Amino acid sequence: MKLYRVEPTPIRWQNLLLHLCLVAGALLMLYPLIWMLAASFKPEDLILSDPGLWPKQFTLQNYIEGWTALGVTFGTFFWNSFLVSTGSVIGNVLTCSMAAYAFARLKVQLRTFWFAVMLCSIMLPYHAIVVPQFLLFKQLGWVNTYLPLIVPKFLATDAFFIFLIVQFIRTLPRELDEAAKIDGCGSIQFFWRIIIPLILPALAATAIFTFIWAWSDFFGQLIFLNDPKIYTLPIALRTFLDGTGTSHYGQLFAMSIFSLVPIFILFLVCQRLLIQGISTSGLKG
Amino acid sequence: MSIVQAQSDQAPVRAEKSLPKKRKSAARQNVKEYLVGYLFLLPWFIGLFALTLGPIVGSLYLSFTSYDILSAPQWIGIRNFIDMFFDMHFLNAIYVTILYVVLSVPLKLAVALLIAVALNRGLRGLALYRSIYYIPSLVGGSVAIAILWQQIFGGDGIVNQGLSLIGIHGMGSWIANPDTAIYTLVILSAWQFGSPMLIFLAGLRQISQEMYEAASIDGAGRASKFFRITLPLLSPVIFFNLIMQVIAAFQAFTPAFIVSSGNGGPYDSTLFYTLYIYQQGFGYYHMGYASAMAWALLMVIALFTAISFLSSRYWVFYQDER
Repeated sequence: MKLYRVEPTPIRWQNLLLHLCLVAGALLMLYPLIWMLAASFKPEDLILSDPGLWPKQFTLQNYIEGWTALGVTFGTFFWNSFLVSTGSVIGNVLTCSMAAYAFARLKVQLRTFWFAVMLCSIMLPYHAIVVPQFLLFKQLGWVNTYLPLIVPKFLATDAFFIFLIVQFIRTLPRELDEAAKIDGCGSIQFFWRIIIPLILPALAATAIFTFIWAWSDFFGQLIFLNDPKIYTLPIALRTFLDGTGTSHYGQLFAMSIFSLVPIFILFLVCQRLLIQGISTSGLKG
Repeated sequence: MSIVQAQSDQAPVRAEKSLPKKRKSAARQNVKEYLVGYLFLLPWFIGLFALTLGPIVGSLYLSFTSYDILSAPQWIGIRNFIDMFFDMHFLNAIYVTILYVVLSVPLKLAVALLIAVALNRGLRGLALYRSIYYIPSLVGGSVAIAILWQQIFGGDGIVNQGLSLIGIHGMGSWIANPDTAIYTLVILSAWQFGSPMLIFLAGLRQISQEMYEAASIDGAGRASKFFRITLPLLSPVIFFNLIMQVIAAFQAFTPAFIVSSGNGGPYDSTLFYTLYIYQQGFGYYHMGYASAMAWALLMVIALFTAISFLSSRYWVFYQDER
């Protein structure tokens, strides 16, 4: 009896303490990001001397000067990144869902074998195959174009998403297929009319993650893009850093923040889908 | 009633149509079904053979050659693989990479698990905490954050500014110091504990409250509940996270490249394996040697995966297996 009366108080205190720790942790986690945002609005000489978050002097100079610092404007780089990411999204959504449908529902000889091959290819490090891939794309004359970055997505090489969509299609009842067959609906029609609308959540997760990964990808873009006019944001930032060193942190930060804006917007809008996507499928994000 | 009617209306028509060439059309139907299957898999097949299996075989061949793109590859047998053992940069790259994997993965998973357990206690504002803690994972791999990290741990970065506030002066740059540079990257990796945390959270929710209640009745304390219930039941999720994070850590590239301006310095202290492959392949155009290193990496990852799957039966506990 006594136990019941005493218990609520310590738990409430504990929860309060826990909340305090979690808030402190969250602030610590976000501090670098907020600091970078603040620093991008500070005059260059104040960034190093003023550790506070709120700029004593507020300026947009970093954004204005950073925008044109590389000759080609960051607007161009932004557009280039957008092209690569959007192309990747279309490719992945289209071909990964096709392959997933075949693995989940269609008749293919040695289907289990090919499925195992697909699973293994998820683990394959990109660095292990990049040299021959580079030589192949060079042979085709694709270096310094976006083709080496986009075409592989149209060939379903991001096998992880195939797996994700297969898992999703497997949850759909088999009766659907049979009903469609009886009604004389062919496999292709069935895919477009029935499967696609039903797997929209999986496709959305695929699209969001593909966009974020393509937007932040550095290695592939570093290897295939050498001409400043077709640079994407990550490559432009790296060139900016190499060119100016540590003397223009304000401008570097301003353009870094600029490069992160689409990801944050996507996160704010699709938060639920993103977090569900990771929680249920183990996407590494 | 209407469904039955519709079906009985349709059935005779279909039967009538397919009756005359029944056998032929059945075989044709079968072929057609397979064709449709392959049609849907076609992009994936092209990608698999042209962009994955082809390059794997190609890089195996190249690993036995000396090739600088300008002239044709020259067969040199296993010399690349022998050279590795005398290449100080290579040996160092292995050391740095293993150090990074061994430090960053357990640290990241421990933080992820700690926060996940704390969040799983039915607190208010769970969704908000979850989102905030996930943000670093969202942006952490980008060049922008690597640039930020370079400033944070630089000579007059905010870490040193903070230290000087509490009276510690003259620490110098953490990134220019070969003894500490790798740890700044470990911290960067641990900072991005958000996605394993989300996966842990999902796993924790699967554990039924009844278990804990039963344990409480038996007089189990919080610690023994954690070690005897939570950890064993969560072991499949830990296993999954471990594999994914180790594979990702072996492939880390961007932060080391940006922080060291692409050279893996100071004194090779951030020369990740992938960075060295990049230097050899795309800096010096030693395509043969780079391919040999790529194959060695492939072997290591295959070996690691095999070992973890084999060992998993001893420490991963599947509830439905009993």
